[in-house]
Amino acid sequence: MASAPAVAAKGDTRRRLGWAPYALLAPSLVYLAVFFALPMVNAFGLAFQSEAGGYSLEPVRRMLGDGRFGDALRTTLLLVVIIVPIQFAVAMSMALVVNARLRGTDLWLYIFALPLGISELAAGIVWFSIFTEQGWLNSFLTQLGVLDRPFIFLNYQRPVLLILTIVVAEAWRATSIIMVILVAGLQGIPRDYLEAADVFGATPWQRVRHVILPLLRPSIRVALILRTILAFQVFATVIALAGSATNVLAGEAYRWYQNLRDARVAAAYATLILILSVASTVLFLLLLPTEEDRSA
Amino acid sequence: MSTVEQGQSAVPARSPGRPNHNPAARRRRQVRALTYLAAVLLSLFVLVPIYLVTVTAFTPQEVSYDFPKPLVPGTVSAETVRFFAGSTGVLPALWRSVVVAALTLVLSTLLGAPAGYALARYAFRGKSAYGLLILSTRAFPIVILSIPLAVTFITWGIYDTTYSVALMHTALALPFTVLITSSIFVSVPRELEEAARTLGCTPLGAFVKVVLPLALPGLAAAAIFTFVLSWNEVFAAVILTLRQRTLPALVLAALNTSPLPFRFAAAWFMLAPSLVVIFIIRRYLLGLWGRVAR
Repeated sequence: MASAPAVAAKGDTRRRLGWAPYALLAPSLVYLAVFFALPMVNAFGLAFQSEAGGYSLEPVRRMLGDGRFGDALRTTLLLVVIIVPIQFAVAMSMALVVNARLRGTDLWLYIFALPLGISELAAGIVWFSIFTEQGWLNSFLTQLGVLDRPFIFLNYQRPVLLILTIVVAEAWRATSIIMVILVAGLQGIPRDYLEAADVFGATPWQRVRHVILPLLRPSIRVALILRTILAFQVFATVIALAGSATNVLAGEAYRWYQNLRDARVAAAYATLILILSVASTVLFLLLLPTEEDRSA
Repeated sequence: MSTVEQGQSAVPARSPGRPNHNPAARRRRQVRALTYLAAVLLSLFVLVPIYLVTVTAFTPQEVSYDFPKPLVPGTVSAETVRFFAGSTGVLPALWRSVVVAALTLVLSTLLGAPAGYALARYAFRGKSAYGLLILSTRAFPIVILSIPLAVTFITWGIYDTTYSVALMHTALALPFTVLITSSIFVSVPRELEEAARTLGCTPLGAFVKVVLPLALPGLAAAAIFTFVLSWNEVFAAVILTLRQRTLPALVLAALNTSPLPFRFAAAWFMLAPSLVVIFIIRRYLLGLWGRVAR
């Protein structure tokens, strides 16, 4: 982190303004040190702090011993495992549709990108209005004669159904970010490759499987990493749809901080999310090496 | 999903080399039709929920409890939205959300754009280390850092202020701003800047007179996106405030106790500006995110 200023001392004699880039970088470095690196260290500090301020495993122990911990961890991991592949499939479909250069490409791109600006909380409420007992889905199904009376989708006694509604809401809200990254990646693939595949009689599926996916790997990797990290922080969508019936890690961090007034246990949850995020990033980097990594 | 079709539009279906009865051409047309179908279905998935929440927000409160609901509203009324806007604390929270987002935009641009410029224009030692540092922030759930930050802000005496939320949101947006601005500055030809220098401009003068006007549309798009990032953020906002709630924080904290029409109007209020913003910056979306991914 401090490598840039350290190097600055040696200077760059090729340019008269050798110090200029360091002066330009310094504000952002200082800011990230104070508001990014420091809180990260503090999160670990708080998670391993006793009431008196000394070192202690007590916050971690309280987190692990809490009745809702296991449930929160399981639900969060389950959500990540379900949401990320579904979103990837939907985003890939959207990206291929955009890249197919149909009439009105700009319009399709705009529509698919719309949720990019929609917040987690708003998305949660939107889908709450659909899934709630007197909501739109029940309204449609009764009008169509499929149901006699409203079915309670958001029932705390049906945790699987609750998780599925969260998956749908998250898929609706956060697919566009993956889509945009994939479209940008697709546009970087030379048309010649695709035309060559065509000349040799590749079916559309073969073209996706053997030409597009391998060439798109760097974009896919970035999209998956970004999305997985965001999925570990899933929070407002869950609260809007399931209230306190479904526990997730970020929700527990919020509960311990806000309702139980224990910042140390909340920090333990934050640290756990941090560790899971970094671990998932490393996993993706190992599972999806790019050509650059291989040759290095 | 195998409804893929690419690079065909350049070749008209009835070009001499590819007659109509050609099975390959027919298959291509089928694939194209399926692609249109996929485009329509995916669009419906995105648009229908937005339509439904808009209908709900503009239905009078009594009617909004009707069941089953009519798909096309019988009466359109701003009553529910007015009720939401008139509820205690909503307008001040709305204002705070705007202030926080504006502060975030200004701070992250002031701190991030110079770094972006340095990355784009200078070769210097430590450049790749800095780039790696910025990229690696993506591996961290920055929002979660608001818990230790809340503790710090209490000791600093700035807990529960709009500034503290803006400071957190700036940390969230800054790596993004650095990457985006650097790619925007890269796209401004270096030769133009050098020509201005040769003609007697100072480095600052060349930047202000030549680079800035060319980079401005991209910078504006990036800034608008930063605004939305902050406008939408709820976890940090609800952790870092008690009384000085932003709009999403206020809505979240009151979620379990508020009547349904309040929630639906709130969702519409939070969602509507985003739709406009995405429309304004639609031409830059690919550039913005494509560059981040590189």
